[in-house]
Amino acid sequence: MGMQSQDIIRRSATNGLTPLPQARSHEQEVAKLIDVSLCTGCKGCQVACSEWNDLRDEIGHNVGVYDNPANLTAETWTVIRFDEREDEAGKLEWLLRKEGCMHCAEPGCLKACPSPGAILQFANGIVDFQSEQCIGCGYCIAGCPFDIPRISQKDNHAYKCTLCSDRVAVGQEPACVKTCPTGAISFGSKAEMKDLAATRVQELQSRGHEGAGLYDPAGVGGTHVMYVLTHADQPSLYHRLPDNPQISPVVRGWKEWLKPVGALGFIATLAGAFVHYMGVGANTTDETPPPEPKSKQDNAEHDPNENGRDA
Amino acid sequence: MDNSTLVLRTKLIDRMFHWSMVSCFTLVALSGLSWFFPSLNWLGYVLGPPQLARVLHPFLGIAVFALLMCMFVRFVHHNLFVRTDLTWFKHIVDVLLNKHGQKLQIGKYNAGQKILFWGIMSLISLLFVSGLMIWRAYFAALFPIPVLRLALLAHSVAGLALILLVIGHIYMGIWVRGSIGGMISGYVTRAWARQHHDRWYEEEVAPTKPLPSKRHG
Repeated sequence: MGMQSQDIIRRSATNGLTPLPQARSHEQEVAKLIDVSLCTGCKGCQVACSEWNDLRDEIGHNVGVYDNPANLTAETWTVIRFDEREDEAGKLEWLLRKEGCMHCAEPGCLKACPSPGAILQFANGIVDFQSEQCIGCGYCIAGCPFDIPRISQKDNHAYKCTLCSDRVAVGQEPACVKTCPTGAISFGSKAEMKDLAATRVQELQSRGHEGAGLYDPAGVGGTHVMYVLTHADQPSLYHRLPDNPQISPVVRGWKEWLKPVGALGFIATLAGAFVHYMGVGANTTDETPPPEPKSKQDNAEHDPNENGRDA
Repeated sequence: MDNSTLVLRTKLIDRMFHWSMVSCFTLVALSGLSWFFPSLNWLGYVLGPPQLARVLHPFLGIAVFALLMCMFVRFVHHNLFVRTDLTWFKHIVDVLLNKHGQKLQIGKYNAGQKILFWGIMSLISLLFVSGLMIWRAYFAALFPIPVLRLALLAHSVAGLALILLVIGHIYMGIWVRGSIGGMISGYVTRAWARQHHDRWYEEEVAPTKPLPSKRHG
């Protein structure tokens, strides 16, 4: 993108001691709210996403479900998931969910990324990949609690939903929001979207969906893509949406614990070697005695007059 | 120095394995560190721009592993632990303070070097396996994400441990004078052999006559 960003709150692989450009950090947080109860699975959002972002994924094959394409790819940043479910009464229910990046407040991808500036988090909450900085290591895939980023086999860069950061930057809503014909996707400030969600949840509950609720998981600090779920008490019904997503303890251990321990290890090893050398001096060979197998005193204390030492 | 006092300790083929492994390892280790400590990002530029470094790192890692396997075959019989290694362990403090008086029954490699040998063997093997698993271009898609996370952690832990071990190895080479030259030319003096590897000297060096050996083996 040619636009300069002056509202970055987090930048991948960047030391916390060096401040980021935050002149616009007063910006309010935005959010996309997806109300699954209003979704008809038309896939208009998928088309709008491909169109706005100029993505042309390969035509796939039917794999026996309505999910099409079958999965997210480097060129498919959102997919409607169709999950069939029978409730206790044996009644069939179709659970639809628009899958894509959740734009976490504490993004696991950004924590894992080793390439400075390849992932940015903006003050408005958008987590965006700067793909030309991406080295293609795939750490973001391991960091993400939602299994969202995909590495392109064509160019070895990671891709995912940008929340249409280019549209939002000029005051427009994301393409999927603009397109959705049933009004299942809304966009606005995070506070507005939470209010809207509360109204919808109340409506759903009053219509008998007792488990209805907002999905804004605290384990990742909340997200900037939120769902209104009819079964918010069982998010995993919706195509394995994590019940309590969080950055994996393994990833945390790797990035938060092993890094300082490793740094200390280096300092201790180098300092130890240096102190040892200063204290003990070079281990030189005493070349003076003739090589006679009889001599047993060879290795006694080094001669004080030994001048082979060059330490 | 009189050539007649020199003895061949490491053959040319073994020295070539060692130093080609050092070259590849240096590049792999520095690029790996650049990703583990992003503040040391500049280290990765030994392999060019970061994208290129990411492409080259695994291939060089495979080269390190292949050379390691060659070295395993060539060196393993010298590095099996024997009972006399206990003597060295008992005198570890004296060894480090460079004031061990008596013979320590040290074979071609001392017990510390054997630990290093097995440490390097196991850590590079672990790095090889975990590195293949997290290799995005070819294999990572075959593994579930929780397994990849563990592989990434294992790769980092093993990489750090290996680099620290190698720093120790380099330091010992610097500390014990004659070692680095010995690994380059292949030759050490008979006195060096007697002082640092007494059992090796008595069993294999002393029985040979000090021949006016060729400096370049």
